[in-house]
Amino acid sequence: MSESPKASSGRGKFLLGGFLIVAAIVYLIASSTQAAAQYYLTIDELYAKGDAVGDRDIKLSGVVDGDTIKYDIKTLTLRFTIANVPADLDKIEEAGGLAEALHIALEDPKGARLEVEYIGVMPDLLRHEAQAIVTGRMGGDGIFRADELLLKCPTRYEGEVPLQADGA
Amino acid sequence: MVANIGYYALIITFLASLYGAGAAAYGALKRKPDFVESGRYAMLLTGPLLTVASAAIIWLLTTGHYEISYVASVTSNSMPTYLKVTALWGGQEGSLVFWAWLMAAFTSAASLRKWDRDREMLPWFIMVTMITLAFFVSLTVFFENPFARLWLSADGQQVTAMLQPAGAVPLNPPDGRGLNPLLRHPGMIIHPPALYLGFVAYVIPYGFAMAALITRRSDDRWIRITRRWTLVAWIFLSLGLILGGRWAYDVLGWGGYWGWDPVEIAALLPWLAGTAFLHSVMVQEKKGMLKHWNMVLIILTYALVLFGTFLSRSGVLSSVHAFAKSAIGPMFFIFIGVTFLVSLSLLINRWEMLKGENFLKSMFSREALFLLNNFLFMGILVVCFWGVIFPLISELITGQKITVGPPFYERANGPLGLGLLILMAIAPLSAYASSTWKTIGRALWKPALVTLLVPIALFVGEIRNPIALAGYTAAALVAFVTLYEFWRGAMARHRRHGENLPLALWRMAGRNPRRYGGYVIHLGVVLMAFGIIGIEIYQTETQASLSRGEQVTLGRYVMTYDDISVFDTNDGRNVARAVVSVYKDGKLVDELYPRKDYYYDSQQAVTIPGTRSMLADDFYVILVGLDPDSRTDATFKIYHNPLVNLIWIGGGVFSLGTIIAVWVSRGRKRASKTSTASGISQA
Repeated sequence: MSESPKASSGRGKFLLGGFLIVAAIVYLIASSTQAAAQYYLTIDELYAKGDAVGDRDIKLSGVVDGDTIKYDIKTLTLRFTIANVPADLDKIEEAGGLAEALHIALEDPKGARLEVEYIGVMPDLLRHEAQAIVTGRMGGDGIFRADELLLKCPTRYEGEVPLQADGA
Repeated sequence: MVANIGYYALIITFLASLYGAGAAAYGALKRKPDFVESGRYAMLLTGPLLTVASAAIIWLLTTGHYEISYVASVTSNSMPTYLKVTALWGGQEGSLVFWAWLMAAFTSAASLRKWDRDREMLPWFIMVTMITLAFFVSLTVFFENPFARLWLSADGQQVTAMLQPAGAVPLNPPDGRGLNPLLRHPGMIIHPPALYLGFVAYVIPYGFAMAALITRRSDDRWIRITRRWTLVAWIFLSLGLILGGRWAYDVLGWGGYWGWDPVEIAALLPWLAGTAFLHSVMVQEKKGMLKHWNMVLIILTYALVLFGTFLSRSGVLSSVHAFAKSAIGPMFFIFIGVTFLVSLSLLINRWEMLKGENFLKSMFSREALFLLNNFLFMGILVVCFWGVIFPLISELITGQKITVGPPFYERANGPLGLGLLILMAIAPLSAYASSTWKTIGRALWKPALVTLLVPIALFVGEIRNPIALAGYTAAALVAFVTLYEFWRGAMARHRRHGENLPLALWRMAGRNPRRYGGYVIHLGVVLMAFGIIGIEIYQTETQASLSRGEQVTLGRYVMTYDDISVFDTNDGRNVARAVVSVYKDGKLVDELYPRKDYYYDSQQAVTIPGTRSMLADDFYVILVGLDPDSRTDATFKIYHNPLVNLIWIGGGVFSLGTIIAVWVSRGRKRASKTSTASGISQA
């Protein structure tokens, strides 16, 4: 007799519980996204934004110019220049894949360039024509201070590229 | 010649799998068992055919046939034979064949079972799995052919094609480009096949689930049939993830094991869905509930398996500035979409049929807690998925690409993981249908009381980080509850049957392997949680440039730099090898040899850390480099990683638990055939 009101109040209890959990998960996602969001830019976009970026954390992608790599082993200070790589997928396709796109980007004398400074262990994958993904802030002197450096060499490993991370 | 044989084998496999799918479906619809049988034979043929194709690739790889494009891209003369063999999964083309080969082997094995009363599911199982196989094989036949040769066209371009293009001459390079030295590590050699085994094995429960939907079977037969397959898939997936972490820790030289990289997450997503599935199927077996949900979970798991293969094979997301290197990206995308949508619409079509047989009554019943467990796993899954696709979403909406890094995943998943730990402590004490917070409280208070000592001891021991305190306390509670459950069960047998404790434990586990195997898995998770909290919160690091004889201090450790040697090896490496002594509390405890190997052929340096690995901590030294002027002054980076070994040990315990659940239940199944009156309940 009392089965149906009891069952419905039971259902309400479960719905409320489920709702609370979902709300908690949504809150966690939203607040963590807010806390950890970083702009992901190309070098062109960074220059276009100029001061609008401020001292916010940004993630940048570019291609490494091998001749510019300098590493001071005593202070673990690594400096190198990266050149702009278009973010546009079609342009990369047009160039014949990422490896070719990276090569072309470095050859372009008019392409935007940026000097990066990173303090830490020099990653094994850092080399000419590797794609570098750096996270950090723009310094007042026009040098990008990276606290994280990821590298990728598309020519050699195809899909199974190990990303090498450091810092963070 | 061999290349042609291999290629023909792929073509025949493609046709055979298409035929198998068609014949089985036709036979089932027209009620012609001969066609179903013929479809099954076609399915059984795919295994040997793909074995021929795989053997052909391996033969070409090991005998240096660099005129084959794939061979030239993944092997070189200087590689040892075992690495040439494993190059089968070193690149895209080969690994697709390898995937297909595993799949053919698994589906054939599953189709050889006794079908008896499940006869009507067989044709649909064949159809579902053979369509998937046909898709994978078609990728290798039409787009990513591992047997394509290199040619020099008339205008001097290098082209890759199976057949000689007009006016082109064959190219026969003397050496290949070789496997990157960073990938030449045992962990990296077993890691991809372990993941693949896990990925591929999920096709079995998925295939049976679809067969159950098509044949309108609303019972839990498909779950029971595939129970062991699900566990096998799950354990390989788990092992694949753990081995990948171990490889990163040993090779990448940054003192970490997991970086929340999209490719890592792509492998984690099916694991999360699969783990939720593993738990929630028990509710259906016991109570006939959650039937829709289990279907959703297996469809989701399988879609994520395909998605994971797609991501790790196509590189779409591995760089956030995406690139689609090969033609298979869109093909994959379409296939995943179609699979997912067709499966879901089939489920919706059969929705009414899958009505639950019971309702949730108590908040603290086993089924309610399992449901909560599923919520949390799904929560972590959504967090990870959101993190991976967020750049794409933000670009779509704001035109600005915004990414989230590891802090996002740690912040959002931390509380959910803690919730799972607490649940892991409570749920084993609950009963189906009826338990309340009172009955659970009665079982919980003793282990909970013991657990209280843990935060107190930690606090006294200067461990005051709130996250560490919460995590360790929850993990300790799981451990005590689980051990207490073992103790209670064994003591009960001891009293009732007079068995000694080891025998009682053994028999108890044998009677209910899934329950006690599951508990052992939980203990493995506890160990891993201890390790993860240890290294994540208490890792310390330092760096120093030293001349020979100088020293550096990190916590209780002192390291002295004794010597360096730089030499060429006969396999094409230049090695810089340092000798350092490690002192702990003033006592010499170890001598380590951090190295930097430079591979001349691939112009690639590989940093190999020197590690003193103990249960309590790892002392992990990297040789950063040599001072170019003195050639003897060296810079080191040193990490102190507390408890990291518990991650690997926990992984071992975890695997052991799964083996108990799979292996013992198999023995029990045989035993129960002889004694029909076995009504023992399984948790």
